[in-house]
Amino acid sequence: MADIRNNFVGIKSPNPFWLASAPPTDKAYNVIRAFKAGWGGVVWKTLGEEGPPVVNVNGPRYGAIWGADRRLLGLNNIELITDRDLQVNLREIKQVKKDWPDRAIVVSLMVPCVEEAWNAILPVVEETEADGIELNFGCPHGMSERGMGAAVGQVPEYIEMVVRWCKQNTRMPVITKLTPNITDVRKPARAALAGGTDAVSLINTINSITGVDLDSFAPQPTIDGKGSHGGYCGPAVKPIAMNMVAEIARDPETHGLPISGIGGITTWRDAAEFMALGAGNVQVCTAAMTYGFKIVQEMIAGLENWMDEKGHASLDDIVGRATPNVTDWQYLNLNYVAKAHIDQDACIKCGRCHIACEDTSHQAITSMVDGVRHFEVIEAECVGCNLCVNVCPVENCITMEPLAAGVMDQRTGKPVSPIYANWTTHPNNPMAKVAAE
Amino acid sequence: MPEGQFREGIAGGRLSADQYADNFSDLHPPLDHHEALVESDRCYFCYDAPCMNACPTSIDIPLFIRQISTGNPIGSAKTIFDQNILGGMCARVCPTETLCEEVCVREVAEGKPVQIGRLQRYATDIAMAENKQFYPRATPTGKTVAVVGAGPAGLAAAHRLARHGHDVTILEARPKAGGLNEYGIAAYKSVDNFAQAEVEYVTAIGGIDIQNGKALGRDYQLSDLIRNYDAVFLGMGLGGVNALRADGEDADGVTNAVEFIAELRQASDLASLPVGRRVVVIGGGMTAIDAAVQSKLLGAEEVTICYRRGQEHMNASEFEQDLAAANGVTIRHWLQPKRVIAEGGKVSGIELEYTALTGDKLAGTGETLTLTADQVFKAIGQSFVPAALNGSSAAIELEAGRIKVDAEGRTSLANVWAGGDCIFGGDDLTVSAVAQGRDAAESMHRSLMQG
Repeated sequence: MADIRNNFVGIKSPNPFWLASAPPTDKAYNVIRAFKAGWGGVVWKTLGEEGPPVVNVNGPRYGAIWGADRRLLGLNNIELITDRDLQVNLREIKQVKKDWPDRAIVVSLMVPCVEEAWNAILPVVEETEADGIELNFGCPHGMSERGMGAAVGQVPEYIEMVVRWCKQNTRMPVITKLTPNITDVRKPARAALAGGTDAVSLINTINSITGVDLDSFAPQPTIDGKGSHGGYCGPAVKPIAMNMVAEIARDPETHGLPISGIGGITTWRDAAEFMALGAGNVQVCTAAMTYGFKIVQEMIAGLENWMDEKGHASLDDIVGRATPNVTDWQYLNLNYVAKAHIDQDACIKCGRCHIACEDTSHQAITSMVDGVRHFEVIEAECVGCNLCVNVCPVENCITMEPLAAGVMDQRTGKPVSPIYANWTTHPNNPMAKVAAE
Repeated sequence: MPEGQFREGIAGGRLSADQYADNFSDLHPPLDHHEALVESDRCYFCYDAPCMNACPTSIDIPLFIRQISTGNPIGSAKTIFDQNILGGMCARVCPTETLCEEVCVREVAEGKPVQIGRLQRYATDIAMAENKQFYPRATPTGKTVAVVGAGPAGLAAAHRLARHGHDVTILEARPKAGGLNEYGIAAYKSVDNFAQAEVEYVTAIGGIDIQNGKALGRDYQLSDLIRNYDAVFLGMGLGGVNALRADGEDADGVTNAVEFIAELRQASDLASLPVGRRVVVIGGGMTAIDAAVQSKLLGAEEVTICYRRGQEHMNASEFEQDLAAANGVTIRHWLQPKRVIAEGGKVSGIELEYTALTGDKLAGTGETLTLTADQVFKAIGQSFVPAALNGSSAAIELEAGRIKVDAEGRTSLANVWAGGDCIFGGDDLTVSAVAQGRDAAESMHRSLMQG
């Protein structure tokens, strides 16, 4: 049986599935239910500084997009950090940690960008015996307008400064949560590392408007006729999040920096993919908010089953396994040639491959052969783009088949070269670094 | 003597009011909004879609389904009506399982086609409920057209002609318009008086005058129409019912299935409609199924369809056969009627002879079977009755007993077109009649505008 126990920067949990800092982790009641359901850990919803409680809107806090059967694909929110009293939160954290010593409890923090504020909050959190802290430099709405959250996360110098304050003032491991609302996620990650962070977690939510009411012409979610951009999450953001995780994992400057992966993780497979790209564990929110805490049971069983099937003994066997395979475009092998192949037995003749290729791509798929409706790849035209595979409604009906070295590529009229050759050496590249001639 | 449901002979009131209401409720209830969205999402928006090519009226099915999925049911309805102004009825009565849905790629892939018929009903119901009229009439042309028969072919032709600005008079022998939509469809396929609602919707375009109770050959002659109108469209359907050619078929209790179905549709109180305790239906088409199933739903204890060929030869679709079976109708094959047995002038049974195919030839084997029955329905096809056309003008050319037309619906007589079941090549489908009426109207329009 695969061992899925997780040790993330010294924080131990029975599995790598944590609940992200969000409404599901706002109070003891929810967190205890989560632990009972089997979650390995939680990042307690972000605490702010001592003072009058945070105020939330009293109308809709969430917006969403759905599939036809109302399957939730993307969620956004304009909820702020916890609006509960700091002392109440601290008391509950302490009690829950005491009652659930084998589970990870990390406390998310967001206080003004001045050292005194951080100095004030850190000791009181430490006193709860929580396992670590996560710095919320990500929330894109509300708090960012007050110079916190994403407003900090978008300035690498601030990140480095705050991380340093924290590292100097607490023994607790520090996880720096990054915002995706930047152009290059490596910069804030490098800054966090420079400040001494123990780990980064990403992504926080993405600036978004989920819809526009076409009667009132108001963005959604709508509060009294107006809307504000919210933070987008859920399955729709997973590809964006995975790229950012991979960017940090493969950046020579941050390589090896522990990453807690976040962004649309809904199933064990999503989690395994994040971990393969370099995440040491994962955090989940939207899936739990959609289906309840029980989903973790599928995640645990699915991950174990897959690891058993593939012979992976522990999480160390999978974390980062895909990272070396993420590279720059310029290093892709331009001598690799693949052609689409349509399995005629599996083809249901919907013709989507044909019309996609015919209208928008390379005119490389027939629609009619000898007067009969028939969809077949014209190899002499196929550039191997994979669009047909992606639009085909039947899984594995269209596959990309690599041409073996030496085989004639009917499109170019040249045999496939056995030699790896990329753009950096390509004759059309004016900057080509050609080996000594 | 047993009373109520098991009363001997042909009797009404076999069931309770609730049972009648339940038995004759909508066969395919309408999709609600969410169901329609989910179902429309199943459509793959195929290229050169097989469903569209299978539709006799060539409705752009992927487009109308996509319009439903994007929250535009009115636009969807227009896509449907552009090709088929009787799209509402066709959504209910088309044997989709042998047309669009049979070739749906999801039928091919998973045996579960997109429910095109029900989606079509969803969109057309919404547009009709709002009485959304999509087609303004063109400037009046001053041309007049007579249409014989207010069935699907006649209505489709009339609508298209009215659109083009011509003035149309429909002459209909029956008291109500709609043709087989009104008189020939099983009641559970067209509930809530839909056929009449559709007639109103179609004629709301204006320029269509329906005159009921006007039968060709009785109240007027074809020559009158040719003389008084610029063009004539014949869409009178089939007037005759084929005979059993079995001894004793004039016994009391031997009924035309077509008449039974019509009577049932017109009945204001189903309990007043008598049906046998043991019913035998002779035939293998949709009419046989409709008569058999409805007999069962009216409370007949035992209903048996006897068809003289094999299951694979039946005109009724597999879905219809399953529907019959699900309603407790027994379908027996390779049996032809030999003799209706009567007692005191009333049917008491039917003697059937087993048949076999020798090469292409079907013949009785000599072995017989007798079924007890107090009612026998004839559902072995209808025939065209040319008598009404004859004698009044130059004889119209027939082919295999029906009116011969060219590809545009023109008959052998100048300025006379025809469509629907009365023409050779008519296939007994509402949707085909609509296509023929529509296309003939386009041909008539071209011809009228040349003149």
